[in-house]
Amino acid sequence: MKGDQVELDINPALARKILTGFIRSETSRVGFDRAVVGLSGGVDSSLTCTLAAEALGAENVMAVRMPYATSTPESLEHAALVIEMTGVQEVTVPITGAVDALLADIPESQQVRRGNIMARMRMIVLYDQSAEFGGLVMGTGNKTEILLGYTTQFGDAASAINPLGDLYKTQILLLAAEMGVPDVILEMPPSADLWVGQTDEGELGFTYEQVDKLLYLLVDRRYAPDDCVKAGFDPAFVDTVVELVRLNHFKRVMPPIAKLSSRTIGYDFLYPRDWGT
Amino acid sequence: MIKLAIAQIDTVLGNVEANLEKHMARIDEAVQAKADLVVFPELSLTGYALQDLTAEVALRPASDDPTFQTLLRASQRADLLVGFVEEDERHRIYNSAAYLSQGEILSIHRKVYLPTYGMFDESRYFAWGDSIRAFDTPLGRLGVLICEDFWHASPPYLLWLDGADLLLFISASPGRGLDTGDALESARWVEHVAQAYASLFTTFVTNVGRVGFEDGLGFWGGSVVFDPHGELIARGPYHEESLFFAELDPHQLHRARTRLPLLRDERTELVHRELQRIRHSDSPGPRKPFK
Repeated sequence: MKGDQVELDINPALARKILTGFIRSETSRVGFDRAVVGLSGGVDSSLTCTLAAEALGAENVMAVRMPYATSTPESLEHAALVIEMTGVQEVTVPITGAVDALLADIPESQQVRRGNIMARMRMIVLYDQSAEFGGLVMGTGNKTEILLGYTTQFGDAASAINPLGDLYKTQILLLAAEMGVPDVILEMPPSADLWVGQTDEGELGFTYEQVDKLLYLLVDRRYAPDDCVKAGFDPAFVDTVVELVRLNHFKRVMPPIAKLSSRTIGYDFLYPRDWGT
Repeated sequence: MIKLAIAQIDTVLGNVEANLEKHMARIDEAVQAKADLVVFPELSLTGYALQDLTAEVALRPASDDPTFQTLLRASQRADLLVGFVEEDERHRIYNSAAYLSQGEILSIHRKVYLPTYGMFDESRYFAWGDSIRAFDTPLGRLGVLICEDFWHASPPYLLWLDGADLLLFISASPGRGLDTGDALESARWVEHVAQAYASLFTTFVTNVGRVGFEDGLGFWGGSVVFDPHGELIARGPYHEESLFFAELDPHQLHRARTRLPLLRDERTELVHRELQRIRHSDSPGPRKPFK
């Protein structure tokens, strides 16, 4: 298969059916009937919020907006559109005060450290809202960013269940359109909005359209890196992506436990999460 | 006519009691609808992704086991095919299916091909079965296979030669392969395969799948019944529980095999001879790699 022939089109109605079933099942079987979603106004969280509302009922979903001082005003506005469209409950918890207390000693130039603190502060707020509202924290990470490690460990990567983690970013857009996520959200350049002017594609150095096709061949179709070059991808681009996937694998697994006993969690004490339910 | 009831269910992972309760409810419904045989999916009494729960939910299929006592009583009202974890007298554990009829266990099939690749890890937990046999029932001669068993061409072939006129496939297959199709890629594969066996063996074929989620794995349902012409008789919904029925007209076997006498013309001696040669050949693979 040539790189430019890769087709990531999906049947969004089928994805919708499976993912709402997944959210309903994996929420209710652990004793919850409600969900908490951090709603940034971007496409991933808007889609997650919409799916959760359809799966659990809008009244059972709490959308949490967590702006920082430098967050773009559009973020809040776009989140408001989704809240209005879905009819979910909402709360706005600004993180500026809590984050600024920690940022005081971190130079402006260290954007990644500062961004990680914001991502992790939002995690703290979400888990607190989880306790307050009695809802499971929905993950919003997609397959592209999980594979590339374009995520903050224990920050935006933290969740109880993740409905979108097996959809590439370009597929997320297709499903979001199916679910009625407003066009203005679908058309915005994806951004973590951790600093002014940040965009995913600017920071990564390539577009989602390019990298999704490459990841699809590498991961889903088990192409070797050389096969991807033969399929027409630039060798340096292939090397960069393969290295990102490898270097960030630690974010996708539980921390290794040093084995000492005769039966150890993760090695030979193996139970499904849905044990007994 | 044989009335087949397909119990396309979700299960509670590792809770035999809860699953048995659901079996009994479905059996009651099917009996009320005058079904002759109720078929449940693979590991219907336990759920699929058991990992270390496997050994904890294992049963001995015998009249002194409380679960089987209940099922054997129910089999006075309709024949039953159920999936369960079986422990033998030497404490080996199998992925098994039991056919119950009129208070007796007529057949236990132990899954022969245990998928252990990709997301599957069955050989870690199960011993493999070592026989493929058709068996007689009040409804006729049948054969049972479990999921991966029918991805190998030989088990359905053997059951066909052994006299099975209805192949009962039961599955717990996690859905995968989302593309633009109406159903997942995995659902389409299984349907093609079941239809192909019905057509090639001019026999009735059903595949009974399950639904629900286990961790992130979603089971798609979509159970199917094909007649000996390879025509679809019935299909269950995708991703939803269902109890549905299919009427099997035994005379279809006569018609299909008159039109297409593949069974009459099958040359088992030739197959046997060539298998012997292939098995004993020094170099069973090609001498040159495929270009």
